[in-house]
Amino acid sequence: MNARDVAAAVRAGERSAVAELDERLATIDERDGEIHAFNHVMVDEARAAAAAVDRQVADGEDPGPLAGVTVALKDNMCTRGVPTTCSSEILDGWRPPYDATVVQRLAAAGAVIVGKTNLDEFAMGSSTENSAFGPTRNPHDTSRVPGGSSGGSAASVAAGFTSIALGSDTGGSIRQPAALCGVVGMKPTYGAVSRYGLMAFASSLDQIGPFAADVGDAAVLLEVISGHDPLDSTSLPDAPPAVAATLGDGVEGMRVGIVDELVSAEGIAADVLRRVEEAGEALAAAGATVESASVPAAVYGLSAYYLIAPAEASSNLARYDGVRYGLRVDAEDTAAMNTATRTAGFGDEVKRRIMLGTYALSAGYYDAYYGKAQKVRTLIIEDFAAAYERFDVLLSPTAPGTAFELGAKTADPLTMYLNDVCTIPSNLAGQPALSVPFGPGDDGLPVGVQVLGPARSEPALFRAAAVIEEAAP
Amino acid sequence: MSRISTDDVAHVARLARLELTDDELETFTGQLDAVLDHAADVEALDVEGVAPTAHPFPLTNVLRPDVPGATLDRAEVLAEAPSVEDDRFRVPPAMGEAP
Repeated sequence: MNARDVAAAVRAGERSAVAELDERLATIDERDGEIHAFNHVMVDEARAAAAAVDRQVADGEDPGPLAGVTVALKDNMCTRGVPTTCSSEILDGWRPPYDATVVQRLAAAGAVIVGKTNLDEFAMGSSTENSAFGPTRNPHDTSRVPGGSSGGSAASVAAGFTSIALGSDTGGSIRQPAALCGVVGMKPTYGAVSRYGLMAFASSLDQIGPFAADVGDAAVLLEVISGHDPLDSTSLPDAPPAVAATLGDGVEGMRVGIVDELVSAEGIAADVLRRVEEAGEALAAAGATVESASVPAAVYGLSAYYLIAPAEASSNLARYDGVRYGLRVDAEDTAAMNTATRTAGFGDEVKRRIMLGTYALSAGYYDAYYGKAQKVRTLIIEDFAAAYERFDVLLSPTAPGTAFELGAKTADPLTMYLNDVCTIPSNLAGQPALSVPFGPGDDGLPVGVQVLGPARSEPALFRAAAVIEEAAP
Repeated sequence: MSRISTDDVAHVARLARLELTDDELETFTGQLDAVLDHAADVEALDVEGVAPTAHPFPLTNVLRPDVPGATLDRAEVLAEAPSVEDDRFRVPPAMGEAP
């Protein structure tokens, strides 16, 4: 049963939120020992929330559009009094004194938050193997990774542990795991969803977004979490466009471009390319015009991203100093305590990115690296703007291939970074993009097709995604 | 040609308050060198006259109305701190004075 059906049944008093939750908790009990989607299952809090939803219905009140729907949260979103770790030793056991805005919005919509999901430490990675608490496994094949960094949230939806989930996407961390786990994942327009209470990785790129088993559920979840928040100064002030109501309106006359530079990027597998072409054919069959498109600067996205994101991270992660929260390793003076705490508390990938960012920002290298990357970011935005004069939406692979084996890419960080080549440009441009499952690859594992659009084009992305979903082999 | 030396990495580690073993220093230097080498395509690009983008949308200062509101609960915040004294965060000596 999808989230929309669960909510409808709960609102109508035909299904109890407690019964829905108990079924999901039983599935988690059965299988999460193997999958490890969750860092922390909030059994007591979830039972109380589900019981409250049932009471509301009994009292004749409407709990909201996600009444009784189970949801998982990536463990980098603050939950008051509930452990929030970023899958890092440095925050192990810390309980935030406040809720993220998205947490409040979910609760106000009647959703039942079931737990906090595993991620690559501080959202840095593409496989959920960089977690201090061990890797998450792909529910389709447990010898494979779920993608990352929001791998736990993607796996939770794919395994049926929850109907829906939230992730965060800085360079593809929602869309790539969605593709590898065979679910829908979406990065909204920058500023569409409040980042208040999301642990910052790269503030000019980070955005929270939905995971769901189908496009319709993702649309409902996006509407619940979107909207202006005075607590996030980068939150867009205008009302977000509705997406669910126009979802089924089709793509007649829509101009679709397949991005040349992304389909011909380094390392894209042949079966993935074939699926992108077939998705284009499905849109054409439904009345869209489909041509090839060019975004020349997109090929530089990966390099620019791996200078900009670490630079911002090196600054954002300075706050983990052992003074106010989380781990402290004592030493004779404060500076030594800071160093001892960070050395013990951060994993290797986080250290690598902090050092890379510190280097890119340091005197003598700033202009060559960080400054140059910021200019490339402008080129990417300009090239997208030119493409969107001719096209309404663009199409590309989400990830270069299907889910890979655990350990296959951990030895060489650069190989891991190449996973993000198709997803990064949208983050640099602040634009929305969505991954929708489109049939299996040659190995039988899920393939995702990415739909990209200009700022605030979510309604068009969802219309295109609905057509692709319908035609999926 | 290597783009970053072990001395460079030791320097940025110190700036970032991280301590590396000799083995880690070697490993990280090689890995960072490979990433910077990949970024060489950006270095080679002619971006003369292109304005830098720090943020996807032009932002000016965003101010809230100057009205007092709820703040975090002090006891709840301090309960999660590693060390507390007199309702404050306690740290080891910072200025070289005796403990």
